Amino acid sequence: MPAESVFFYIFSTLALVGAAAVVLIPNTALAAVFLVLTLVSSAVLFAILDSHFMAIVQVLVYAGAIVVLFLFTVVFLNVKKSGLDFGPSHAAKKLTFLVPIAAAAGYFGWKLAPFAAPPVAGSGLDGGAAGVARLLLTEYVLAFEVTSILIVAAIIGTVAISRGRGG
Amino acid sequence: MSPEGYIGLGFALFAIGAYGVFTRKNILVVLMSVEIMLNAANLCLITFSRLLEDGAGGILVLVSITVAAAEVALGLAFVVVINSALKSLNIDLVRSLRG
Repeated sequence: MPAESVFFYIFSTLALVGAAAVVLIPNTALAAVFLVLTLVSSAVLFAILDSHFMAIVQVLVYAGAIVVLFLFTVVFLNVKKSGLDFGPSHAAKKLTFLVPIAAAAGYFGWKLAPFAAPPVAGSGLDGGAAGVARLLLTEYVLAFEVTSILIVAAIIGTVAISRGRGG
Repeated sequence: MSPEGYIGLGFALFAIGAYGVFTRKNILVVLMSVEIMLNAANLCLITFSRLLEDGAGGILVLVSITVAAAEVALGLAFVVVINSALKSLNIDLVRSLRG
């Protein structure tokens, strides 16, 4: 068994366990910690797929900034005191059996599709910082600039919301 | 490398995230489930980027991660406002936009 497969099985299992724990565990702070497990495992899978720069960004932004923001909110709101252990709602419970069925149907449909056949041998993909920067600052520079506008809009929106009505 | 495993993992993560969005009532956990779904989409993008040897998938993932960061910043601001208005994080209590 090649090393890539071994790492794939280990980290895909970890990602699934982390995601299931986030969804099932009633403790919100613990759920945020399991979210880190899922996101870091995905980062390893990104690295296996030759997208090294995306793996770094995943760890820095997702597992770093976003989860810290979640944990900060959990601590700030003192979630334990406000009694948050709600059970699942009934109407949604009846619908959710459709989700795994749809996922399985999609998976097997994709597997049987004709374009699923060729496994990739060598990789012409440059997923390091240089390759990403070359694309990002030439061909996709519009996406880069739109992203920065989005960030500014999000900052302004967050300040406007958190200032409340009086501001 | 065969892509089926990665795409299947992407489907499974997306299904778990969708289950969390539909069943959980805590707004914070719903936001985390949305993050899992976005992450599943990113995994599929990276897989196809490798499969087609096209770096555009990575650029799309970079944009997607930025959107996720903006979404979490705004979403958590909403969570704080909702918690101070309703004194609860139960998503069933947020019904002022319901028709």
